[in-house]
Amino acid sequence: MSDKGTILKIKDISKEYPSVKANDSVSLDLEYGKIQALLGENGAGKSTLVKIIYGLVKPDSGRMYLNDMEYRPKGPQDARSKGVGMVFQHFSLFDALSVFENIVLGLDNILEKKELQKQIIDVSSEYGLSISLDKIVGNLSAGERQRIEIIRCLLLNPKIMIMDEPTSVLTPGEVSDLFLVLKKLSKSGMSILYISHKLEEIRTICTKATIMRRGRVVKNCDPQKISATKIAEEMVGTSFSSPKKSKIKKGKECLQINNLSFQPSDPFGIPIKNLNLKLHHGEIIGIGGVAGNGQEEFLSLLSGELKPSNGSLFFNDEDITKLNVVERRNKGILSAPEERLGHAAVPAMSLTENCLITAEHRMKLSKRGLIDYTISKNLSDRIIKKLDVRTGGSDALARSLSGGNLQKFVIGRELIQNPKIFIVNQPTWGVDAAAASSIRQQILDLAKEGTGIIVISQDLDELLEISDVFCALVGGQLSSPEMTNELNPSRLGMLISNSIE
Amino acid sequence: MLKIEPRKNRSNFLEVSAPVIAVILTMIFGGFLFLSMGKNPFEAIKLIFWDPIMSPTFSEYSRPQLVIKAAPLILIALGLSFGFRANIWNIGAEGQYIMGALFSGSIGLALYPLDAWFIFPLMILGGIIGGIFWAMIPAILKIKFNTNEILVSLMLVYVAEQILALASISFLRNPEGLGFPGSRDLSKYPSASNPELIANSGIHVGVICSFIAVVFLTYFLTYHRLGFQIKLIGQAPKAAKFSGVNVNYIVIFCLGLSGGLAGIAGMFELTGPAGLINIDFNVGYGFTAIIVAFLGRLHPIGILFAGLLMSLTYVGGELAQFMLSIPAAAIQVFQGMLLFFLLSTDLLVSYKISFNLGINNSNPKSKSE
Amino acid sequence: MDFSDINFSLLIASLIVAATPILLAALGELVAEKSGVLNLGVEGMMIFGAISGFIITIETKNPWLGFLCSSIGGILLASIFAVVTQIFRANQVASGLALTLFGLGFSALLGQSYTGLKPVSFPDMHIPILADIPVIGIILFQHDFIVYFSIFAVFLVYYLFRKSHFGLIIKAVGENHDSAHALGYNVILIRFFTILLGGALAGLGGGYLSLVRVPQWTEGMTAGAGWIALALVVFASWQPFRLLIGAYIFGGITLLQLNLQALGLEINVALLSMSPYLVTIGVLVFMSARRNKNSLEAPKSLGKTFFGL
Repeated sequence: MSDKGTILKIKDISKEYPSVKANDSVSLDLEYGKIQALLGENGAGKSTLVKIIYGLVKPDSGRMYLNDMEYRPKGPQDARSKGVGMVFQHFSLFDALSVFENIVLGLDNILEKKELQKQIIDVSSEYGLSISLDKIVGNLSAGERQRIEIIRCLLLNPKIMIMDEPTSVLTPGEVSDLFLVLKKLSKSGMSILYISHKLEEIRTICTKATIMRRGRVVKNCDPQKISATKIAEEMVGTSFSSPKKSKIKKGKECLQINNLSFQPSDPFGIPIKNLNLKLHHGEIIGIGGVAGNGQEEFLSLLSGELKPSNGSLFFNDEDITKLNVVERRNKGILSAPEERLGHAAVPAMSLTENCLITAEHRMKLSKRGLIDYTISKNLSDRIIKKLDVRTGGSDALARSLSGGNLQKFVIGRELIQNPKIFIVNQPTWGVDAAAASSIRQQILDLAKEGTGIIVISQDLDELLEISDVFCALVGGQLSSPEMTNELNPSRLGMLISNSIE
Repeated sequence: MLKIEPRKNRSNFLEVSAPVIAVILTMIFGGFLFLSMGKNPFEAIKLIFWDPIMSPTFSEYSRPQLVIKAAPLILIALGLSFGFRANIWNIGAEGQYIMGALFSGSIGLALYPLDAWFIFPLMILGGIIGGIFWAMIPAILKIKFNTNEILVSLMLVYVAEQILALASISFLRNPEGLGFPGSRDLSKYPSASNPELIANSGIHVGVICSFIAVVFLTYFLTYHRLGFQIKLIGQAPKAAKFSGVNVNYIVIFCLGLSGGLAGIAGMFELTGPAGLINIDFNVGYGFTAIIVAFLGRLHPIGILFAGLLMSLTYVGGELAQFMLSIPAAAIQVFQGMLLFFLLSTDLLVSYKISFNLGINNSNPKSKSE
Repeated sequence: MDFSDINFSLLIASLIVAATPILLAALGELVAEKSGVLNLGVEGMMIFGAISGFIITIETKNPWLGFLCSSIGGILLASIFAVVTQIFRANQVASGLALTLFGLGFSALLGQSYTGLKPVSFPDMHIPILADIPVIGIILFQHDFIVYFSIFAVFLVYYLFRKSHFGLIIKAVGENHDSAHALGYNVILIRFFTILLGGALAGLGGGYLSLVRVPQWTEGMTAGAGWIALALVVFASWQPFRLLIGAYIFGGITLLQLNLQALGLEINVALLSMSPYLVTIGVLVFMSARRNKNSLEAPKSLGKTFFGL
């Protein structure tokens, strides 16, 4: 085989699950020494394809060839032994174990501890991946965790490395470090299959891209020679209008957060340190930053699920620090947490029942403790109609809805209650582009009616699009608020990387 | 290969048929068990499941027994099912049952031989308080220190048994009992006794109570906020917290409810079928009720049927013991088997399973619960 | 009588004997819990091991064979649990309870005609030279094989989780079964193994109860020992040597309680008999009150069902 030939050839791979055709005769050629992108929205079938290549899932039909030899991995171990490595987005590290133990678990042949340590140090210095072996993984940052995954993968001398959404948890600084490593690797002859839905980064480092939509390959192209809008259109399939932001006059102050602090009982939890913020009626504050920097805790402190160890909260000049979840909700402080299934909604309950979770008191779904399911069903029907939730109806179980539709329902459930303050974490995470745009529009409309809104998101573009004021939440600390329209990308990168200057 | 996927929508048909399948499987495997003991399996199964109700010879005795044994099982299982739904595992109902009997018995015996209308209601109250008191120990420890309620409630069964033994040979012993262990026979003390209401029906106040409890708790579970919150905690604890459910309150409520119902069951048993406090007063209703709760799919109506069925295995078991000399322990095995089959068939209800003989197959996602 | 009548060395030696059944059972549960499996059926596996070993010993007059069969009995029962929870993915708490109820019933059934019999005694193995050391010899080196084995097993489990690769895999499965699956480890197979190992050790512990510790068969003779073993695992924060210490402290309490009863002191018998259970509750409260320190050690996937296959 020549230097520029194909290393992995995928031909007509299909995989069907009872509810969905995840891969529909997908073909793809991966070339030697290239960083090649696999693009697509959530649910396009990228993950399934990658799992097939890594041996975690067996295809229903189709063939794969590795160096012209038929390739049919029996499992991840088999795939690794044939030179296919994978860096996971999440799901593959063990928090309570040390870095060294985590690396050992990803290897297939057991080496002397000394020998292995030497190898690890060699690899990490060669590619500039610094790491300390005795640390417990649960205490490490996302970037450090990813380094472990990469080292673990490199120790096996793979010919192909698959990276699943590698930058979704990284700060901009960490992303550029990663790109340096990837470029080094590809120069040394390794082929990298890079999965993402972020167009800009793919245009920076990939020279070939395969775009998937609904289980099929829709286009192969060179991302550096084609515009981002064009790629986006291919990914989504349809064009849609982006939300319109109208100029809103900001009103009276409605929420004041003073020195809010929180000390978690979980050893790997994120403490919140002295957080200060003022929110006004009709204002949207965007809280940026990589997930796992205290975002979930911040929302829970505002919703009342967590009790602060220090500090105070004022709603329209009234001290609400000591109020519980229900009391705060009755005041009009509503929220929508990030995790849809299990936190915002209960998977095995109907939408009607899911309405009760947050709307019972405010929407009077019960009388003297007794629930009125008719009113609840009516409310659910209204939410479905208002946000155009695609579902069989209010009796459908929450888990039967697609991610985007459930997210619309969860957010709609709060919007319909006329919140005075609305706090939402990752409103469009894992949601298809059309639904995301409609959710953003709903948030903007809500602000127009005078609601003070806090949007927590890792999607900086989203925050730039809809928020008036921007803060970064990093390591449980909040940067001082800045006007969104005065921000430039480098300033933004700085804020996200190390917040407090 | 086995493929397992959560069902998009639950099937009512399967909800009901899963326990039926489990019962049939238990009959088949139980039949093998009896066969291995050299008994005729068909005869044994008929004796256990058919004769107590239908046989002209036995039913006159067995039918009332059926109700008498079902009542405590249903009462206790009803209470347990609420906790189980919320992942609060009270497995010490046996101890709460004993304490209920001891509290109510102490009241009755203290007032002996006073003849007054208020004694029986007072004893019911005593039974409830005794059961709740014993259940509050694991509840409070769980709330205060996050101590595992499974182990604490179970340990307290052994403690309660020791107190029972102590009571029957010391402070509650019948002063006219010639030094034998055991208290006075409360069923012979009119103000404290719980007699059959209709002759030869087996129906006593406790039986009526258990039926009322089924109706009331069905309504409560479906329509009351607490019933909803209990389901919420069990299925998604984080969502419950987000909703504003006070978890500690639910812990107290569930353990209190199961303790109170177990205590009241102990009281009715003491004043009726058992009659007196003695070392062998408890016969394991508190443990069998765990099976009843699951067999009834943690739903009050289901528990009503499950209690009757389980009672049938007791009564029929006695018949089988009498007629075929099948030991009582075999019935216990039978009941254990039933629970296993039930738990296994549960998979059918919430998950879609397909068998595929091809090799090119694997599961889509790893899901954990 | 007074306290001086209790020979100190003999007391310690018999304390070790008293602790051995729960030590073995708890050790098995520890391994299972490390892999993320919460098996509440220890009591059932123990008592089934007790009767299996007892029957075989009575029938063959060979206690060695008896111990082997008590282990096999434990494995048989554990395999039901493994099938129900790992293949049929049933709730582990409920299945464990079912296993205990089933084991108690099944053992009672099998033991019908064995009540009151006495098994062949199991010889002590005096370790040469060491056994003759005063005090320490009596305490440590005049025991039977199973006692030595139980202590050896503690070291083995320590080695398993501290040094061996296989132990690391078990820990990984217990920490995060989704990650372990993604790396290609067979979560169900590993858990099957640990469940069966737990069954073997619980069965052996039960066998020791009916063959050496008591030694005879009575229905329900474990009397909560399996549950106490479960509590010990929590007490030991999943560490084998702490388990050893915990088991011996517990053995000491049981023994002291029995000795005090024998002495006929002015303490209530019932109060003494309930003391081991009260102590267990006390220990659980103490351990859970300092939960923060513990939470690092508890396997993260403990009791959770793995659905990927």
